[in-house]
Amino acid sequence: MSFAVNMLTRSLNVFHLGGSACNNCDIEILDTLTPRYDLERFGITLVGSVRHADVLLITGIFNKKAAIRLKRVYQEAPRPILVIAIGACACTGNMFQKSYNWDVPIDKYIAVDAYLPGCPPKPEAMIMAVVKLVKKLRGAK
Amino acid sequence: MDLGYLILQVIVFPGLLFTAVVGLVTSWVDRKVTARVQMRVGPPFLQPFYDVLKLMIKETCMPAGASRGLFLSAPLFGMAAAALASMLIWRAFIPLGQTFNGDIIVILYLLTIPAASVILGSFASQNPLASLGGSREMKLLLAYELPFVLAILVPVIHTHSIRLFDLLAAGPAVDKPSGIIAFAVAILCMQAKLTLVPFDAPEAETELTGGAYVEYSGPPLGIFKLTRAMMLFTMPIFLVAVFCGGIAFNQGWLPILLGALKYLGIVVVVVLIRNTAPRVRIDQAVNFFWGPVTLAALVAVMAAFMGW
Repeated sequence: MSFAVNMLTRSLNVFHLGGSACNNCDIEILDTLTPRYDLERFGITLVGSVRHADVLLITGIFNKKAAIRLKRVYQEAPRPILVIAIGACACTGNMFQKSYNWDVPIDKYIAVDAYLPGCPPKPEAMIMAVVKLVKKLRGAK
Repeated sequence: MDLGYLILQVIVFPGLLFTAVVGLVTSWVDRKVTARVQMRVGPPFLQPFYDVLKLMIKETCMPAGASRGLFLSAPLFGMAAAALASMLIWRAFIPLGQTFNGDIIVILYLLTIPAASVILGSFASQNPLASLGGSREMKLLLAYELPFVLAILVPVIHTHSIRLFDLLAAGPAVDKPSGIIAFAVAILCMQAKLTLVPFDAPEAETELTGGAYVEYSGPPLGIFKLTRAMMLFTMPIFLVAVFCGGIAFNQGWLPILLGALKYLGIVVVVVLIRNTAPRVRIDQAVNFFWGPVTLAALVAVMAAFMGW
């Protein structure tokens, strides 16, 4: 395991990017960051600017107009950047796949590192997703 | 004085390296106390080190239209000034009394440069949110500088000297009523100087998404974070030196422990203020500093002139 991976996985700054979500996943993300779960124990903090981000938390579907913004935000983020698609909408498009403005799933636009289905996923599930992603990066079984 | 020895003092001890390490440990204390106030466990001891080292491996994004040289060099000005200020203060402790006449004035100037570097960096980035943060930082600087200098004037009047070592030799300024008022004023000004809540309008996470730092990423952001941690160490140690009699390093272990406790006490007061107060608007902050705080500082200065 290299120094860079070690430092990155010990200090993850998450940036929350909402598409056209119903807000349920967003509220669950905020719940995850409350003192009850205390993610600062693992060095995970929420940041306001995408320039400070190591992880993009993506919620909601990205329709034809929002997908352009998604790509732009992804390009603005400093590398190395990780992406977690949170909720059924971000993973697959869920029930909006037949909508008139539905485009394609977000992984056709940007590289997604972890998919977390659920409508919405529980805070415990989100922490598990981050733990699995960190384990994968650190090369642990 | 040997030049090599002087450079060693600036780079290693008590300058850059020492200040950075102790500053990061202090920022861990800040985060841990905050966590305990919020009934959480809090980050591990090395978390501030991980945060800064992680930023060193990240990419540096250049915002379109930014002034490249100023954008990248602004963090360095701030860090250099914080390290130099810390070195000048520590030279009054170890080796004892290696200070010059008027070093308090030099330190006061150096302590404003980190704020100035934030202003320069934010304007160089050409981001509207950063410009707003920079202009707020400027207003805050104008607001707290006057009462801060007045508060530092009180121990200077007591001792009739502008040499830091003479202030240390004359004993703690908080023994006198005017010193207590000035100390309280200086703690409030320090809160604003460190841009901590309630005076964190320049970087307001919720409205300005990081304010002055919004366009910074990678190593320059890491240097800004390091500078903030260094200021979190330098400012309380300056107040310990000016108001509380400093830290004595030549009389065994007990005075060193006592000095460390004085320092940690000031840090914890700052952290508790930050955790129990809501953010004030920038106009409220300016009114507060130019109104009641300056008045209190003036009262302290007059009391000092009368020898109280």
